[in-house]
Amino acid sequence: MKAFSYERARTPAEAAAAVAGTPGAKFIAGGTNLLDLMKLEIETPAHLVDVNGLDLDTIAETGDGGLRIGALVRNTDLAADPRVRRDYAVLARAVLAGASGQLRNRATTAGNLLQRTRCPYFYDTDQACNKRHPGSGCAALGGFSRHNAILGVSDACIATYPGDMAVALSVLDASVETVRPDGQTRTIPIGELHRLPGTTPQIEHTLQTGELIAAVVLPKPAGGRQVYRKVRDRSSYAFALVSVAAVVQRDGSGRIALGGVAHKPWRVDAADAALPRGAKAVSAALLDGARTTPDNAFKKPLAERTIAAVLVDARRPA
Amino acid sequence: MKFDKPATTNPIDQGKIVGKPTDRIDGPLKTTGTAPYAYERHDVVPDQAYGYIVGAGIAKGRIDLLDDSAARKAPGVLAVVTAKNAGKLGKGNFNTARLLGGPEIEHYHQAIALVVAETFEQARAAAQTIRVDYVRSKGAYDLARAKDSAVMPTGKNEKDTAVGDFAAAFERAPVQFDATYGTPDESHAMMEPHASIAAWDGDKLTVWTSNQMIAWGVGDMAATLGIPKGNVRLISPYIGGGFGGKLFLRADVLLAALGARAAKRPVKVALQRPLMINNTTHRPATIQRVRLGATRDGKLTAIAHESWSGDLPGGGPEVAVQQTRLLYAGENRVTRLRLATLDLPEGNAMRAPGEAPGLMVLEAAMDEMAEKLGIDPVEFRILNDTQVDPEKPGRPFSQRRLVECLRTGAERFGWSKRNAAPGKVRDGRWLVGMGMAAAFRNNLLTKSGARVRLGGNGIVTVETDMTDIGTGTYTIIAQTAAEMMGVPLDRVVVRLGDSAFPVSAGSGGQWGANNSTSGVYAACVKLREAVAQKLGLDAGTAEFADGQVIAGERRSALAQAAKDGELVAEDAIEYGELDKRYQQSTFGAHFCEVGVDAHTGEIRVRRMLAVCAAGRILNPKSARSQVIGAMTMGVGAALMEDLVVDKRLGFFVNHDLASYEVPVHADIPHQDVIFLDETDPISSPMKAKGVGELGICGVGAAVANAVYNATGFRVRHYPITLDKLLDHLPTVG
Ligand SMILES: Cc1cc2nc3c(=O)[nH]c(=O)nc-3n(C[C@H](O)[C@H](O)[C@H](O)COP(=O)(O)OP(=O)(O)OC[C@H]3O[C@@H](n4cnc5c(N)ncnc54)[C@H](O)[C@@H]3O)c2cc1C
Ligand code: SF4
Repeated sequence: MKAFSYERARTPAEAAAAVAGTPGAKFIAGGTNLLDLMKLEIETPAHLVDVNGLDLDTIAETGDGGLRIGALVRNTDLAADPRVRRDYAVLARAVLAGASGQLRNRATTAGNLLQRTRCPYFYDTDQACNKRHPGSGCAALGGFSRHNAILGVSDACIATYPGDMAVALSVLDASVETVRPDGQTRTIPIGELHRLPGTTPQIEHTLQTGELIAAVVLPKPAGGRQVYRKVRDRSSYAFALVSVAAVVQRDGSGRIALGGVAHKPWRVDAADAALPRGAKAVSAALLDGARTTPDNAFKKPLAERTIAAVLVDARRPA
Repeated sequence: MKFDKPATTNPIDQGKIVGKPTDRIDGPLKTTGTAPYAYERHDVVPDQAYGYIVGAGIAKGRIDLLDDSAARKAPGVLAVVTAKNAGKLGKGNFNTARLLGGPEIEHYHQAIALVVAETFEQARAAAQTIRVDYVRSKGAYDLARAKDSAVMPTGKNEKDTAVGDFAAAFERAPVQFDATYGTPDESHAMMEPHASIAAWDGDKLTVWTSNQMIAWGVGDMAATLGIPKGNVRLISPYIGGGFGGKLFLRADVLLAALGARAAKRPVKVALQRPLMINNTTHRPATIQRVRLGATRDGKLTAIAHESWSGDLPGGGPEVAVQQTRLLYAGENRVTRLRLATLDLPEGNAMRAPGEAPGLMVLEAAMDEMAEKLGIDPVEFRILNDTQVDPEKPGRPFSQRRLVECLRTGAERFGWSKRNAAPGKVRDGRWLVGMGMAAAFRNNLLTKSGARVRLGGNGIVTVETDMTDIGTGTYTIIAQTAAEMMGVPLDRVVVRLGDSAFPVSAGSGGQWGANNSTSGVYAACVKLREAVAQKLGLDAGTAEFADGQVIAGERRSALAQAAKDGELVAEDAIEYGELDKRYQQSTFGAHFCEVGVDAHTGEIRVRRMLAVCAAGRILNPKSARSQVIGAMTMGVGAALMEDLVVDKRLGFFVNHDLASYEVPVHADIPHQDVIFLDETDPISSPMKAKGVGELGICGVGAAVANAVYNATGFRVRHYPITLDKLLDHLPTVG
């Protein structure tokens, strides 16, 4: 770990300005991802701006019947909130499917959104990795890629975005509220937060330098049956091989997204539109253009089967 | 004490303390976080500095340039140790690759430098500034490709065996089975990393470390540093798990010693987690072929088991065919090991080396053969039981109650409810199956010494270099001494894991419990003699009970014997020829029920049972812990544990605990353990054997057989992960 300087921000605007104004600065929230990466010198911030003191740790109701989840709301608190459990069950389920109790106690909403990939070569600083060291190559291509992405991949990188919460947020049509270094705020639809690798896998999201996530906003409850199904080798404490988030209405319409398959929650309009037609059509739309390696080719049939299972589940009479 | 005749009645048979379920005497220390593990021994020497290891970034080749100039100038740095400045180093008996590499690199993450600094953070930061240029050379990393170049290994018990005429018998057998299986490389993945503190006093070295085998560690440390054994003191009273990963001297302890010499300060070093997997040893992968020939009514007539594994030059094979020489009857039999050269990190022992992967295959093959024969798998095994060594029929087993284990297990598990037709039982979304396997592990005998002291306050103190790797050794040794000396458990103090104490068997190969307590038994017999003599009583007839020594009409307080000064007795158990005349092994049966998600192929174990016959169970409570822990590890081996080899670059890719998956609590259901009531007088005066490895033997196959029974599809390459099942599951919807 490289030595770094540290400060505690008092307001969101101050935090954003501090990061924008200091070369190599980063925000730190729960630290459950960032510190691990710093120990391995995958992240080497020269300066940390601690956002834990900001007044962003509550869940409030919005004027139009939704919820505004502060960036610092801990994963445990988010999943335990009665409004979330009642009206946004897919979100509570997705959060609880992630990490472990101890980690969720510490992990924040914003930090969870911006957690970095778990590609094993990204984690090994002796290996080539375009995300960690642009231009060095991608050791996962042709290497061990069982957990890597099959959608939206590029020749430069096949990493996934590994998080669960964002997949649920995706089917809830959530958006992210930010504060920029100049104090301006903006709203980013969740689907536009994470970026696909293309030729610049090191650029992972659409936030500007110093842009602080202040909250995640949920629109008014979507109703329907809400399912989060996470598939993994062991029962807990593992990232998704494939996950499916779905909100399915009585009439068969709804929204569906995949996790564990791309560098963002994978949601496709055509798949939502295909929901009334059944699992086959939905899978075809979601998995269109999939590009697999021998190691992760199983993710395609696994996704198909999981989608089918989720739809059976969602349509079963309550 | 020489043990060369079967044991007769002795004080252990009283069973007042030995054999009773007993809480660990070290339990409170562990549950309150006050048991002093090596890295936390801030108290033992002042002025400890911190070391941080740099591992090689290539699998094979040489260092062209190692630039440590920035590290040397970094804040707080006291020394940088590399092969260039470490002086001449030897190599320990138990090491295959050198513990400090450079310029030649023998495997990925081989240690190439240690940075010593005032703080851990400074050492780590400085270590990360070291730049290394390598020249890579070509290596062999793929067992399947190296298989054809594999040769017969040369070690004891590693040569080909043959009895009868396998080829002809197999050819003639009306029912034949022939299949090839694979088991992956596995990591011990224990909680406590390898960790050590080293301090020099002139030319004398003391290390506080985490090591299962104190005397091996002392010997290899002396050999590596080129100093007399007498100048090395090794202390390892608490060990946070080892599973065979801490049988040997490893880089942490050697580099702590070298760092301390360079920095002229005590130095502590822990292997950082991401380094552990490639830096230390692992259980090697195997390819195994099993051929079975049987009569139509299920008598095995031909058994062949071959296993291929790889290791660095000078290393050894995974002895995966060992159990097949002894487990079932059959007149014509062959076993073969083949060893290929691989440039992966060195392979070595992990819990039940040989038997664990060997039984994962043999017992899956037995299941497949039973189905082919149309015989129930339990009955098939019973039909082929043997009470003698099948290779040497004149040599009986000292005890062999495999059949009773199988029958008891089948009864208790409800085996009769199993549907023999696979893929037929459904519980909601789950495909449900049952599987079973036999468990087998040899009982190994080695010399083990102890010293026992009786103080004037009546306290009995035991000292031996035996280790407690979380198994419960402290407690069974205390039970043994308490039973022998006739005192309650709380009058016994046990001191372990110090090379200043008599050399014991150490912890490995499930030999620790039986041998180390037998050593304590021997020392206690001597102490009883000394006590009797001191009290003027006849040692032959004196009884030791309730803190008293009683001989006929006369009785005296035990403490009385030490009123003029402590009495000290030291002895060791040594074994005669009994294990040549008798085959000594432990037996068991594992039963398992799994659910396989019909949609996703996720496999979840629903219930498990083990029945064990392993001689006297010294402490049923800690023995049960051993067995359920081993069953858990067996589930890991069956369903998830897999060190993935990057076959281009030559290393285990998933080298941390996030990516090397072992079972979590949610994976492990209720586990039942039954110990058959047994004593084995051929084994030792304790009449005990071991259970710590028996518990894992066969579990993987029981799980695999259950998955087959659930799905009707056989996965022959472990671990059985969902991707291997997907194409064979029913359609969804
Ligand atoms: C062993 C392990 C297992 C895990 N398993 C799972 C799992 O199964 N599923 C899952 O979804 N997750 C899993 N996680 C990841 C976990 O969810 C994340 O580590 C956690 O959510 C990150 O939150 P944090 O607050 O600690 O973020 P930090 O580590 O503090 O920060 C993460 C990133 O977010 C940035 N950041 C933080 N706050 C803000 C803000 N307000 N605005 C802008 N940027 C910000 C930081 O600069 C940093 O780049 C696991 C983690 C571990 C260690
Ligand atoms: S997939 Fe992406 S993160 Fe993984 S090694 Fe390749 S470039 Fe790096």
